[in-house]
Amino acid sequence: MSMIAGLIEYLRGNEKKSASVAKERLQIILAHERAGRGTATPDYLPALQEELMAVIAKYIHIDRDSFKVQLEKHDQYDVLELNITLPDKINVRPSN
Amino acid sequence: MAKVIVVTSGKGGVGKTTTSASFSSGLAMRGNKTVVIDFDVGLRNLDLIMGCERRVVYDIINAINGDVSLNQALIKDKNCDNLYILPASQTRDKEALSLEGVGRILDELKESFDFIVCDSPAGIESGAFMAMYFADEALVVTNPEVSSVRDSDRILGILAAKSKRAVEGREPVKEHLLVTRYAPKRVNTGAMLSVVDIQEILRIPLLGVIPESESVLQASNSGTPVIHLEKSDVAEAYRDVVGRFMGEDLPMRFIDEKAGFFKRLMGGN
Repeated sequence: MSMIAGLIEYLRGNEKKSASVAKERLQIILAHERAGRGTATPDYLPALQEELMAVIAKYIHIDRDSFKVQLEKHDQYDVLELNITLPDKINVRPSN
Repeated sequence: MAKVIVVTSGKGGVGKTTTSASFSSGLAMRGNKTVVIDFDVGLRNLDLIMGCERRVVYDIINAINGDVSLNQALIKDKNCDNLYILPASQTRDKEALSLEGVGRILDELKESFDFIVCDSPAGIESGAFMAMYFADEALVVTNPEVSSVRDSDRILGILAAKSKRAVEGREPVKEHLLVTRYAPKRVNTGAMLSVVDIQEILRIPLLGVIPESESVLQASNSGTPVIHLEKSDVAEAYRDVVGRFMGEDLPMRFIDEKAGFFKRLMGGN
């Protein structure tokens, strides 16, 4: 807000009260902090990735780098995303 | 069944110890056998606020380590028959407390007390965690000020996720909001968050509002919990808090500006 605009606001007497600024700021930051609380990276994610990789490696040769597990948070639901890039030539292991 | 109540806030200096002292005194004045425990190991102050600092011989760490019996570490309050104080250790650090040890002490206290009030240290480190872990109910002390409200929200998150009740999947810790250092006059001019604002943000039931007052300093100067002071708004507000906690339906007082002399003269109240 420019100084003149601020002055006009002030003279009109409708400059924002500091308490309502405080309330607004708190509502925004807390909504953000509550959303991220404890759910950003669940503890089980690394173990899940290891086990999934072990299962797939039984059948297909893959690089560690070509395997990604991600958890995305949305409002009403979470998405567990597995992204596996298969090699150009699939090297199938002989089954017993 | 004994109840464990933690007085917590996250932020320091908002009135946890003042509240612990007056709340536990109020419970005891109503005939409940009450013990108040200082969890601020290394920075003990509840003894000063209760006025028993010269009678501290043993502390919670001595009791946990088995150096003395729990009864030897408990100090009988000078104002209330039913109240005992378990002081924190001043010479040790917070790591001297263990969950197992604290749990053991609380179990023993539960056998002979109705209420166990845990005065939490500030912060979210081990001392604060120990104080809240075993709680059945929590008094969340909050000042009408942004950093205090934010820290209270953080504490509520920890209570909901990491307390014993949460970990064991039992009924969650019952939370109560206590707004302290409230200045109705500043709220009316829009310079301070109102109790309605704070409640709307934190979304937990309001147990009481304690007005900002000189009598808190006066009480701590003399080592008497402020609830014992005569003709003090703060004392009355704390008595109301205890009444509501015990299930009485009392109207909120001290949330409106005091009427000035002329206003009263003109028939306003």
